[in-house]
This record gives sequence, structure tokens and C-alpha cells, in this order.
Amino acid sequence: MNDSTTPLAIEAYGLVKRYGPKAALDGVDLDVARGSVCALLGPNGAGKTTAVRVLTTLTEPDAGTARVAGHDIATDPLEVRRSIGLAAQDATVDGLLTGHENLAMIGELHHMGRKRALTRADELLAQFSLTDARDKLAKDYSGGMRRRLDLAATLVATPELLFLDEPTTGLDPRARNDLWDVLESLVDEGVTILLTTQYLEEADRLADDIVVVDHGHVIARGDARSLKRQAGGDHLHVICARREDVEAVAAIVGRFASGRPSTDDRAVTAPAEGGVQAIAQLAQALAEEDIELEDLGLRQPTLDDAFLTLTGAPAESFDDEEVAA
Amino acid sequence: MSSAQAFATDTWVIARRGIKHIRRQPEALSDATIQPIIFVLLFSYVFGGAISVPGGGSYKEFLMGGIFAQTIVFGCFGVAMALAYDRTNGAIDRFHSLPIARSTFLSGHSVANLIRSIIPIVFMTATGLAIGWRVHSSFLDALAGYGLMFVFSFAVIWIGVMLASLVSTPEAVQGIAFVVIFPITFIASTFVPTSTLPGVLKTIAEWNPTSALANSLRHQFGNPGGAIPHDAIFPLAHPFAYTLIWAVAIVLVCAPLSVVLYQRSIKS
Ligand SMILES: Nc1ncnc2c1ncn2[C@@H]1O[C@H](COP(=O)(O)OP(=O)(O)OP(=O)(O)O)[C@@H](O)[C@H]1O
Ligand SMILES: [Mg+2]
Repeated sequence: MNDSTTPLAIEAYGLVKRYGPKAALDGVDLDVARGSVCALLGPNGAGKTTAVRVLTTLTEPDAGTARVAGHDIATDPLEVRRSIGLAAQDATVDGLLTGHENLAMIGELHHMGRKRALTRADELLAQFSLTDARDKLAKDYSGGMRRRLDLAATLVATPELLFLDEPTTGLDPRARNDLWDVLESLVDEGVTILLTTQYLEEADRLADDIVVVDHGHVIARGDARSLKRQAGGDHLHVICARREDVEAVAAIVGRFASGRPSTDDRAVTAPAEGGVQAIAQLAQALAEEDIELEDLGLRQPTLDDAFLTLTGAPAESFDDEEVAA
Repeated sequence: MSSAQAFATDTWVIARRGIKHIRRQPEALSDATIQPIIFVLLFSYVFGGAISVPGGGSYKEFLMGGIFAQTIVFGCFGVAMALAYDRTNGAIDRFHSLPIARSTFLSGHSVANLIRSIIPIVFMTATGLAIGWRVHSSFLDALAGYGLMFVFSFAVIWIGVMLASLVSTPEAVQGIAFVVIFPITFIASTFVPTSTLPGVLKTIAEWNPTSALANSLRHQFGNPGGAIPHDAIFPLAHPFAYTLIWAVAIVLVCAPLSVVLYQRSIKS
């Protein structure tokens, strides 16, 4: 049964999953300690969902092995599924069932007996403040309520290991905070969580370990601090007063930077090794060009910078999401 | 719990869900309720006068066997649509991440749809009685007719599962409905006696199991067009047996094949 001698909840070696000529996973290794939270962080198409699908036995890898909760995904998928809860990227609650029916059905399919399944459903509805919506069809729930129901559904059989694929995507900031609180209390109870996210803030807040994936490869791993360190040292940060100046400023910043400057609206950022010296020179050069500035400074790297440096593409941030929505 | 027991319980849990879906989505039932009623009314009142039934008798009563058969063949879409919906909205991932045998997902849907198939049979019977259709045979003959409908309903469910493993969106399922299954139920004795059809169409219609099912029902209910020509080809001379052979063959071929195809189609 449960092999509790190994301290690892997930151990995966060389996972490969190909779709046509393209590898969604291209040799991924993963260790997740029991009782810890691991965040798979990566941009769209990085392979996060594919990794979750392989580890939860929804799809078979083309190569590589993995043990999940002590069970081999290839030879013992049923035991794996008995030990885990999965909240897929698109909330998969059943819209034509009520909240209570959704949870009770999952309890029954875990063979906990109909009676126990019914009471367990009520317990979870209470835990996730959904008691009022108990008998409403899930399709009439709000997005946040559906997400909570989805998470409740993963907890029906009190699994030791949770897979949450982008659990907070599409939630407003408050609902997101509420969900984070719930996840933190689960962790306090000893549950292991593997979550995927495109949000550094989320990874930073919840995860002990962050695994950055891109194009099916793990490109970095560690805690938030060590990832920031990998982003290099200080950054020059300039905000132009006028949008038209951004290109010109980027070119000037490039002369004093130790890496390629990146721009975002009116902001220009670039890694700098010269420290205070670099900023003085930059200020002078900008003054000579007579460009009006709003802000000029030297910044410690943020996780966003780390992400940028590691993947070569800007991370999607909450702000972008909200503007787009 | 033994694995057979677990299979049965899980199948029933998933079937109950399917039945709730059917109850809560009456608009998705139109193919089993409104549509056959419209066919009955349309054909009996619009073409009723123009079509003469060999051996005489009311066209309305002749038509009933045909529409029963057509509706039962259409039954394959219920399960195909349900599976396609579950696949497009991700419900299938939820089930597949649970510690249940994967085949219970299909068996649960099959059971739900077998129960669903009672609905059009009841609706059709009521509509028929309302417009003047009557059973003229013995109770047992009629019962055998209803039994045959049920058996064939079970068989076509497996065609539906196979369909759902070949295409995966509800739209594609509907597309196939119009391009493939609709014609199959028309080139048959559904609306007109096969003897009135020209050349090749006549041969196709005579061997079409939809015709055999319609003819068997006409015979079992003692309706016009139900007389059996004993010196004719097998499907005409033994429509009941021919229909049963088809039902068994469909289950024997389609059930295992569709399970394999379905499992393969969801692998990626
Ligand atoms: N079933 C599939 N068939 C074909 N290609 C697929 C399939 N699933 C994933 N892919 C491809 O594999 C790559 C990784 O996809 P995956 O869904 O794992 O990314 P992700 O990191 O979860 O992205 P997102 O943040 O958008 O959810 C993508 O290029 C995607 O197009
Ligand atoms: Mg994804």
C-alpha cells in the first residue's frame, strides 16, 4: 500500500510527452517532498498541464518514470488515483448537478458509501462557504464559487497529494486571496500540493519550491530567493514621461546595461553591473538627449525579472490579466 | 468490494448522473420527443393520402412502425452527444482522475441512455394512440414488438459510443447525424413500402435493418404492411430474426471495438 518510507510525494525522471513532432515535455525531472508545496511556473504552452496530466495518470508519457504518493504511474495508476485529488485547468465541476450532488457523486465513486458521501459533501460545502448554494445547479455558480467547488471536489477523499492546475486563473483578487488562505490551511494539515501557475506572486506566496518550465524543459528551480539571485544583480529602471521616447531611451540604456533592455509601455528595464556608477552615467546621457523622465532608478531584481531572464519572455502578471479582462 | 461489484456500483453512480442530465436538459431530448411526433403528424397528414399501402389499410398505422424504427436508430445520438459534451467540457478528466475502472464511464453512459430510450417509445405510443393507431394483434405479439425495440435501442447505443470515439465535438456528432444516419433511416421502409422504390434503392432498403425493424413492428402490432411474404429474401421473410441478428452483430462488433477506439481516442 502506501510506501511511507520515502519522503518524496512525487519523484519523476526524464518525463517525455510528444504531440506530433513537438515535445510538450522534453525530459522533466521533478522531486516534491511530502508536506511541501511545489509550484510549476511557466508561460503558456510551457508544458505545465501536460506534466500534471502525466503525473495524475490522465495520459501516458512517451518516456520516463514517475512515482506519485509512492505508487508507480505506469504500473499502479489506480493506487495513484486513490491517493490524489486533481483540479484541472478548466474547472470540471458538473454544471447540471447541484454543488451537493457533485461532491456526493465523487464520494460514491471513491467507494466511501452513499451515506458517508452525502455527509462528506455537506462538510465540504460548509468548509468552502457554499452551504447556501448547496442545491443550486453548479452552472449557476459564479466563477469563484465554481473554483471553490472544484477544489472541494478534489478533497472529498482527503487525499494526501493535490494537483491544482492554475487554481486561481480567472479569479478576482479577493477570491484569489481567499483561495490562497484555504490552500495554506491545507498545507498546515500536512497535504502536499503541486500547483501550476503563470503568476510569480502566487508561486512566491504559496510555494516552498518553484520549478520554472519552458518549452517542456525545467530551466530553473529553487525557492523565490535563489531564483531572484539567478536573475542577476541590479537592474536599471527608467520610466519615460512620453511614450514616444521609449525606443530612444532603450537604446541609451543599452549602452550602460550588461544585458538586453526590455520595454513595457513607458518603462525600460535592463540588468546592470555598474551599480551607482552606471546610473550616474545613464542620467547624464539622458539629460544630454533632453528626454523628459518620470522616474530613474536602480532596482533589486524581482521574481518577474527572474522569470524574464530565465524564459526570455515577460511573465504574465496580474495587471496584464486585469487589463485584458 | 470485488472489482465486479465496484464496476456495477460505479456504473450505476455514473448512470444516475446521466439520468439527471437528461431530466435537467429537456431541450436536448427533442430528437426523442418532438421530432418523432412531428414526423408522425407531418407524414400522416401531408403524404397520408398519396401513399397506398400494399394489402390495404391506413397509412397512419403503417407509418407508426417506421417512425418507431427511425426514432430508435436515432437513439445512437443521445449517447454520442452526451459523451462528446463530457469530452469538450473536461468532465471526463474528473472521472478519469478517480480510482474507478475507465470502462465504467462508458457503461454508465450506456445504462443512462438505455433508460433514456424508453422516453421516445412512450411518447410515440401516446402520439400514435392519439391519432388513431391501434395494436390489432395479441398482447404477447405486441410485447415481443416492444421487447425488440428495447433490444435494438441497446444495440444502437454502441454505434453511438463508436461515433463518439471517432469524432469528439457535439457539432461533429450532429454533422454525422445528417450526413449518414438520416439517409439510412430514409432509404428504408420507414415512410413508404420498399416495393415502391426503384432498383438499387429497393435492394438497399430491403437489406436495411431499419426496414426490418419497421416491418417486424408492423407485423407484431398487426398493422398494415405487416404481412410477411414467405417466398421473399431473408430480411423480408424473417424480419424479426433479421433484426435480432443485426442487434447481436452490432453489439458483438461495436461494443468491444468502440471501447478500444474510445480508450485510444482519450489517451492523448
Ligand atoms: N492533446 C494535445 N494535442 C496536441 N498538442 C498538445 C496537446 N496538449 C498539449 N499540447 C501542446 O503541448 C504544449 C504544452 O501544452 P500544455 O497544455 O502542457 O501547456 P501549459 O504550460 O499548461 O500552458 P497554459 O499555461 O496555456 O495552460 C503546447 O504547445 C500544446 O500545444
Ligand atoms: Mg495549462
